[in-house]
Amino acid sequence: MKHRISALFLGTALALAAGGGAMAQDKTVKIGVLTDNSGLYSDLGGAGSTLAAQMAVEDSGLAAKGWKIDIISADHQNKPDIATTIARQWIDVEKVDIFMDVLNSGVALAVNNLVKEKNAVMINTGAASSDLTNAQCSPNTIHWVYDTYMLANSTGQALVKAGGDTWYFLTADYAFGHALERDTTAVVVKSGGKVIGTVKHPLNSSDFSSFLLQAQASKAKIIGMANAGGDTTNTIKQASEFGIVAGGQKLAGLLLFITDVHSLGLKVAQGLSFTETFYWDLNDGTRAFSKRFSERMKNKAMPSMVQAGVYSGLIHYFKTLEAMSGNPHDGVKVVAKMKELPTDDALFGKGSIRADGRKIHPAYLFEVKKPAESKGPWDYYKLIGTTPGDQAFRPLSESACPLVKK
Amino acid sequence: MQALYAQLLVGLINGSFYALLSLGLAVIFGMLNIINFAHGALYMMGAFCAYFLLNIAGIGYWPALIIAPIVVGIFGMILERTMLQWLSGLDHLYGLLLTFGIALIVQGVFQNYFGSSGLPYAIPDELKGGMNLGFMFLPVYRGWVVVFSLVVCIATWYLIEKTRLGANLRAATENPTLVRAFGINVPRMITLTYGLGVGLAALAGVLSAPINQVRPLMGADLIIVVFAVVVIGGMGSIMGSIITGFALGVIEGLTKYFYPEASNTVVFVLMVLVLLVKPAGLTGRAA
Repeated sequence: MKHRISALFLGTALALAAGGGAMAQDKTVKIGVLTDNSGLYSDLGGAGSTLAAQMAVEDSGLAAKGWKIDIISADHQNKPDIATTIARQWIDVEKVDIFMDVLNSGVALAVNNLVKEKNAVMINTGAASSDLTNAQCSPNTIHWVYDTYMLANSTGQALVKAGGDTWYFLTADYAFGHALERDTTAVVVKSGGKVIGTVKHPLNSSDFSSFLLQAQASKAKIIGMANAGGDTTNTIKQASEFGIVAGGQKLAGLLLFITDVHSLGLKVAQGLSFTETFYWDLNDGTRAFSKRFSERMKNKAMPSMVQAGVYSGLIHYFKTLEAMSGNPHDGVKVVAKMKELPTDDALFGKGSIRADGRKIHPAYLFEVKKPAESKGPWDYYKLIGTTPGDQAFRPLSESACPLVKK
Repeated sequence: MQALYAQLLVGLINGSFYALLSLGLAVIFGMLNIINFAHGALYMMGAFCAYFLLNIAGIGYWPALIIAPIVVGIFGMILERTMLQWLSGLDHLYGLLLTFGIALIVQGVFQNYFGSSGLPYAIPDELKGGMNLGFMFLPVYRGWVVVFSLVVCIATWYLIEKTRLGANLRAATENPTLVRAFGINVPRMITLTYGLGVGLAALAGVLSAPINQVRPLMGADLIIVVFAVVVIGGMGSIMGSIITGFALGVIEGLTKYFYPEASNTVVFVLMVLVLLVKPAGLTGRAA
């Protein structure tokens, strides 16, 4: 009798162990690239983000080790309701493990909640709002590339230091614009400057002349553009038309991407200074990746920092899954492990992920070259300053994130 | 007060684009009874055409003002011959759906090849710089846009309302069979009219290329507002759409000054109000 019972226990234990082992060795991953595939941000994310994800899968070499990795992609049209519908379907039906890109702060904040509720993973490389790692932080989300605090801190501080102590904001009227204006205002005031006015414009406007005239009339030294993508390029183009820079005011692009500079052309964009965390021509690693990337892009574009972030984020994600020797399909567990491991890849260098989900790496202040200085297409930036990773982002001591233990 | 003058003038500039585009729509609707949703895409093609002329053939802004509307106009006429003409006599919805589909295809193709952030197109040297008007700095190019579009609008109105050709055209819309009996080739006239409307859209595209980025979605962003302009002005009324175009530009400009958050919406609020009071639009006759 005794024998039989212990045999039964042994059998059960073995069965459980075998079952557990099988679960830990589940080597399937499904990646969902949720981005703007057709609207004003589709050049900085869009198809390029999906390509970056494919390249990360290929470079990880996991397929050769028996992993099965699928990528799906969808267009969220910059609408939070559409984005959450897709995300819900992806998690429930498609069994997506990880969301990549998710640009547009309004969309990101909505998907952030859902990902937490369903215990998936989001590596956000596209949205800017620093709320993702502050009040809205989540154990399932990592904010990879940049955020409004970092942009404000780097560009804002540099401009105030250079004498730009009065500011007027031109702000895109949604979550991202508001966050960027708020964070930049804080930096400007802290550095001894003053904000003398602000005008909020609807997202995706084509004519900025009314807003620019108001900014011009304010006589502020700096006109801070708290907008992005097509809104920013149109603002810059029309500002030069209305003689704003010639009149002595300076434009501050708080968020510019290389695709914006490319679309403006150097003639119009020259002299603008702004902050990014990735540029294709930083070092051998970034050049090698960008060359491969550009060859596979339909319009031969170099990667934006958002797209580079998709690659870098996935490389770290794969490294983590390998270290866990399987995919537990448990968002909190995976993200916790990702925070434990140091990050290191060719594009963003060595870095780490903080308790609040903030990925840490240096921020670069660039200035756009004059046409004569550029050696050819995509040779656009001059590096004029670097903020080390530990100073670039919001210090944990100021964090309102409940995940940060104080 | 000075700022207000400036906003009024800026509004007038934007109004010029609304006027040119809604004029084309009004011509097409008034003469052909087609609700041309492809108008925005054709406007975008005009801008792209100017870009190609400059960057591939080295042909500058001034010739582009003539060449682009002709090229895009021919494209429009091919559309009319091959597709739209089969819809004459059917419900308006068919034309709307067909042209909307065409717009999506054209925009999709351009976006596939040129991305969304657009391409740069510089202001021609002759129109660079600006003048100080005291209350504002007016870029010469913007002044040119207002004057030029006014001239084009009035010329189009004159052509349709005051010339023999226009009279034939209007007669052909009223009673095609009878006009045919007088030996006038009505289908050819319809095709040419569609070409004219499309050419106006392309012309607006060329005019806007130096101000806005040349982007595949530049028309999609504008077309909804322009439709509101046409509805407010009265569907198919030539003068109505010209005046409403300029007026709404000004109203929108003032909104951008007093309550910028509503500047995207104000046109539609007005549209609702006008439809409630005068369902046929400000200058339209009740059907």
